[in-house]
Amino acid sequence: MYRIVTKKELAPKIKFFEVHASEMAEKAKPGQFIILIIDEKGERIPLNIAGYDSAKGTVTFVFNEVGKTTQQLGLLKEGDCIWNITGPLGVPSEIKNFGNVLCVAGGVMIAPMLLQLKALREAGNKITTVMGARIEQLLFFEEEMKALSDKFYLATDDGSKGNKGLDFLKNILEREKFDRCITMGPVIMMKDVSEMTKPFKISTVVTLTPVMVDGMGMCGVCRVTVSGKMKFGCVDGPEFDGHCVDFDELISRQRMFLPEERLSSLVWEMRGGRACGGE
Amino acid sequence: MAESKPRPKIKKEAVKMPKQEPKARGRNFNEVALGYTEQQALEEASRCLQCPKPQCVAGCPVGICIPDFVKLLKEGKYAEAAEKIKERNALPAICGRVCPQEEQCQKFCIMGKVGEPVSIGRLERFVADWERSRGVKIPKKTKPTGRKVAVVGAGPAGLTVAAELAKLGHSVIIFEALHLPGGVLVYGIPEFRLPKSIVRAEVDYIEKLGVELKPGYLIGRIYTIPEMLKSQFDAVFIGTGAGLPAFMGVPGENLGGIYSANEFLIRVNLMKSYAFPIYDTPIRIGKHVVVIGGGNVAMDSARSALRLGAEEVCIVYRRSREEMPARQEEIENAEEEGIMCKFLANPLRFIGDEKGWVKAMECICMELGPPDESGRRRPIPVKGSEFVMDTDTVIVATGRTPNPIIQSTTEGLAVTKWGTIVTDENGKTSIEGVYAGGDIVTGEATVISAMGAGKKAAKAIHEYLTKK
Repeated sequence: MYRIVTKKELAPKIKFFEVHASEMAEKAKPGQFIILIIDEKGERIPLNIAGYDSAKGTVTFVFNEVGKTTQQLGLLKEGDCIWNITGPLGVPSEIKNFGNVLCVAGGVMIAPMLLQLKALREAGNKITTVMGARIEQLLFFEEEMKALSDKFYLATDDGSKGNKGLDFLKNILEREKFDRCITMGPVIMMKDVSEMTKPFKISTVVTLTPVMVDGMGMCGVCRVTVSGKMKFGCVDGPEFDGHCVDFDELISRQRMFLPEERLSSLVWEMRGGRACGGE
Repeated sequence: MAESKPRPKIKKEAVKMPKQEPKARGRNFNEVALGYTEQQALEEASRCLQCPKPQCVAGCPVGICIPDFVKLLKEGKYAEAAEKIKERNALPAICGRVCPQEEQCQKFCIMGKVGEPVSIGRLERFVADWERSRGVKIPKKTKPTGRKVAVVGAGPAGLTVAAELAKLGHSVIIFEALHLPGGVLVYGIPEFRLPKSIVRAEVDYIEKLGVELKPGYLIGRIYTIPEMLKSQFDAVFIGTGAGLPAFMGVPGENLGGIYSANEFLIRVNLMKSYAFPIYDTPIRIGKHVVVIGGGNVAMDSARSALRLGAEEVCIVYRRSREEMPARQEEIENAEEEGIMCKFLANPLRFIGDEKGWVKAMECICMELGPPDESGRRRPIPVKGSEFVMDTDTVIVATGRTPNPIIQSTTEGLAVTKWGTIVTDENGKTSIEGVYAGGDIVTGEATVISAMGAGKKAAKAIHEYLTKK
């Protein structure tokens, strides 16, 4: 059992959890993820690690309430327990002094990107950060991200804050030379960013979040095609070379269980879901 | 001189196992084989000749004293019979259900020469079930040795090692990567062959022996083997199994609706998606399910698909029926339930619809050539024999390979080119104090052979710890 120490709402439907997991806190590194299961009837869901504190013995993660499980998770309170958390999983990020690094983060993945920024900063990199969300209200960690960046840009899909969309990234790429690009966010965003950096030959790292069950290489549902070869998101990743990933296949595979996910949410709501848990 | 008593006539045929009717069972996940009644068990036990030199024992990978337990059963001493089995086997209710007895103990039974061998597995199951229903007796604890052993993986090998070492007084912690213990017993073998409540009960017994269980620990990531040896453990046993799916490498394999058998079975068994949406993990099953492969995993997948509501399930196997590695009993069960088989065919590619979902599979017919290194006749494609099968769900059950995480994070651990760990006959690896056994050493094999390896390794670890 893993106890929730801190719970915060960072933005509508975006929740921050700090859980007590001392052994994991000792071992976790940027780029890794956990798999959690709320209770015995629950499903196993992967979440990227957003922070760890070995002195306090805690690990943090941020999630978006989109399906049944994340909505149910969002109802848990400080002091409540999560049945099982497995981690750290996945290959840690390569962290070193690359030189000039461009970091592009979107949506809920801003949280693990903050952890990357800290590590990249410590390694001595110069950092240009672009962070974005669908609308202004969904942005979070703005000050924290800014504090770790040499240059900082905001973007929203509707232009409600900062730049409208990510097209301005092309101008940045034309103006400035980068040694590496790290992008974390919705698949479509990572696909676009990878396409933009390709002509500039900037090595681009994407963090993939395919469907997973066990998260340790057993089921193969997270398989992705990278440079024409089959790779497993959970054990070969979650990070891959953005210029080699077959994004269209990934998008199609992520939609595989959409009808079932909708059904699960619906049944949960009909049974009183949110009202039952109460807040 | 005393008059010689007339010998009672011994029946040549074994008492049949009562089963759920094929039609009914094809639509539920309840256990298919219902188990002997007391009367049936006594009748079957009476067929045992109590050979002075029993051959059956030699056929048992863990060396259960078979005639002794059968004798106790015959005398109605069920508790004593259970104790006798548990001297050698900590998981009798499991082995009584999933061991391939026809290849082991029963293969050597002398009754097999005149008729059917004694149904040792069914008797083992009866005794274990009898004991479980009345409360399992916990053997007395031995004086603690002060030695500490880490067991990696709570599958058949790891559970056996843990039980044996705990009985000898060593302190044992099992690290299990998944959230539940049991390994292939919980993620691989379906409920209708091995109810999970039985696995739970047998694991409870092992915990009561004093073994500590830590689920959700992926060794290699949270701790490495060298770290474990350096910190608190005097020895480590690796029983991480063969849990990686093998894909075929044919075009279209990443289309929607194509599962590895591992994914399919993990969803259905471990995550109980047959009870979706009461359980949260979904599974989608179409109308025309194709299962590729001819082993027990293929049978389990096909029979699970049928129970999930598939209209038809067809097993596609590249050799013929004779070469199928699945247990005969399981093939018969599957056929009784209405599963079809297409022999001598192999997939070439999968064809998807506009939504990225599989809609058909192109195959080629095969013929059998001379035997290959496995001793089975090699399948050879027949030129120009391509054909297309409609399907909306494909389960790839063409084998499982060793889990690689420990091998890649343990410096100095000798590994074969297939990724299995190199050990001597007692499970000792190339690193002092590190032992391994089960599928991680042999490649995909049986529950009982993993348990046999666990027993040997436990003995070797005990010797190592005592000498140390």
